[in-house]
Amino acid sequence: MKTIISVVTLAAGTAMLLSGCASPPSDAEINARATAMLKASFAARGQAGLDRLDQDETQKACTTYAGKVPGKDVTDRIEKVNFESIKWPADGKYLGNWQNGEKIAQEGRGKQFSDDPAGPVGGNCYACHQVAPQEVSYGTIGPSLYQFAKVRGYGPDIQKYAYGKIWNADAYSACSNMPRFGHSNILSEQQVKDVTALLMDPNSPVNK
Amino acid sequence: MTRRVVLAATAALVLAGVALAQDATVEGIAKYRAALQDGNPAELWEARGEGLWKTARGPKKVTFEKCDLGLGPGVVKGAYAQLPRYFPDADRVMDLETRLVHCMVTQQGYTLADAKKGPFGNGNESKSDIEALVAYVTSESRGVKMNVAASHPKEQEAYRIGERMFFFRGGSHDFSCATCHAESGKRIRLQDLPNLTEKAGAQLAYTTWPAYRVSQGELRTFQWRLFDCFRQQRFPALEFTSDGSIALTMFLARNANGAAFDAPAIKR
Amino acid sequence: MADPMRIRANVTGDSTEVRVLMSHEMETGQRKDAAGKTIPAWFIQNVTATHNGKNVLTAQWGPAVSKNPFLSFKFKGGAKGDKIQITWVDNRGDKRTDEALIA
Repeated sequence: MKTIISVVTLAAGTAMLLSGCASPPSDAEINARATAMLKASFAARGQAGLDRLDQDETQKACTTYAGKVPGKDVTDRIEKVNFESIKWPADGKYLGNWQNGEKIAQEGRGKQFSDDPAGPVGGNCYACHQVAPQEVSYGTIGPSLYQFAKVRGYGPDIQKYAYGKIWNADAYSACSNMPRFGHSNILSEQQVKDVTALLMDPNSPVNK
Repeated sequence: MTRRVVLAATAALVLAGVALAQDATVEGIAKYRAALQDGNPAELWEARGEGLWKTARGPKKVTFEKCDLGLGPGVVKGAYAQLPRYFPDADRVMDLETRLVHCMVTQQGYTLADAKKGPFGNGNESKSDIEALVAYVTSESRGVKMNVAASHPKEQEAYRIGERMFFFRGGSHDFSCATCHAESGKRIRLQDLPNLTEKAGAQLAYTTWPAYRVSQGELRTFQWRLFDCFRQQRFPALEFTSDGSIALTMFLARNANGAAFDAPAIKR
Repeated sequence: MADPMRIRANVTGDSTEVRVLMSHEMETGQRKDAAGKTIPAWFIQNVTATHNGKNVLTAQWGPAVSKNPFLSFKFKGGAKGDKIQITWVDNRGDKRTDEALIA
């Protein structure tokens, strides 16, 4: 009797060893393995170091909730944290030069490991948005910005909103697809002002 | 009142004009693509790849004809449509490019470093053998329905990890694959973006790589496609045949199951 | 040495259609490399096609023809098993000849 039980136990134990883990890894375990595997699968190149893969709180939160709808408490928190970090212009002027703004909107280079770090850096706005109507080669990942100020108004509150949105899109729309151009040091303060002017200047082709 | 109506009508016409210009552009691109179908230069890579498969090479002077791509040693027909898969002899999930490197090392005697060197060609003076081999092997899966099993626990784990990687927000621009590829009907500039989180989009995208990229003047593989996406996402360089690249490929390939493979294709 | 051409020839009725895919850089001579130096011109200048030894097409190309050029043409006559031969010569004096039978 005893022998049979121990043989069965031995057989069962061996079977378990052979089949490995009985249940698949949890979601949390997979998330951890995914982050680790991702970081181990890249090499620094050009101006893109491995630190590019270190996520800040916003990126972490937005990765966690990717493909799902986060609760209002989560989105409010993300927007608050990002809004509070916005660096508003010291001289209180939000508008720069819209002609420069158009150049920045057209420029797709900047921050790639194939880009010269001393070379031009743009916002690549046309990748995702319609902006000035003369440009037919525009993307649709983001909404059309045609007649931006004509539709919303030219006042200082809209100027500030436009500047803030370009500086840090997550301040207004948690987990936005739009890069945080000022916050992440992609565009300089002057460049953000120039793009703001592209959207807000009554003389800009955007508002004609 | 009449003047306002006239102004509004003019504005509407201008907008309609812009919209018409848009449609004409999109239609023009479609015509260009149709014209490119005949005489796909990818055939030059397919021919070279077939030659490489059957030529004895490497320190051990051996052909690829004993290389097992998952359907048995030397079996090429239909092999791509069931990759990536787990290979017990390497105890690892592998995509095609990784498996080719594996055979170059274990059968032909190359060092791992030499086998992985220069995977992306650059002109006639700097050709990539991997690209040619991929063109040949994938051409032998043309018409075969994608059937990535993902049954082995390691295959399933690779799929789940690949899915997490797809949604990873990072880099200077907060981009993930999902930034461009998780919504239907979107485009970047004038390039339509497949929604890789849905079956139809994943099928259309995965079954048309590798492809001759006219703008590159080269036959580009799926490892290249991932590498170049990450470059534009402002990430550092994705390592050729890394575990992460394989996991992401597993996620995308399995999502394409059921569709007939239709590559090597030709793209802009 | 350039890759071999891919030649396909099919006869339908009284004419033969020939399709040729050539492997060539077709460098225009207008491009500059990363250092700013002009990349030298390197392109096919002459293409000839023969059917059973008889010339059926002569072409003079310039830098406007794109990389890995695809040529498609028809000629009157031809029968299954006839030989089609294509030759190209480039501005460096390199040449390549390949042949195929009409299917």
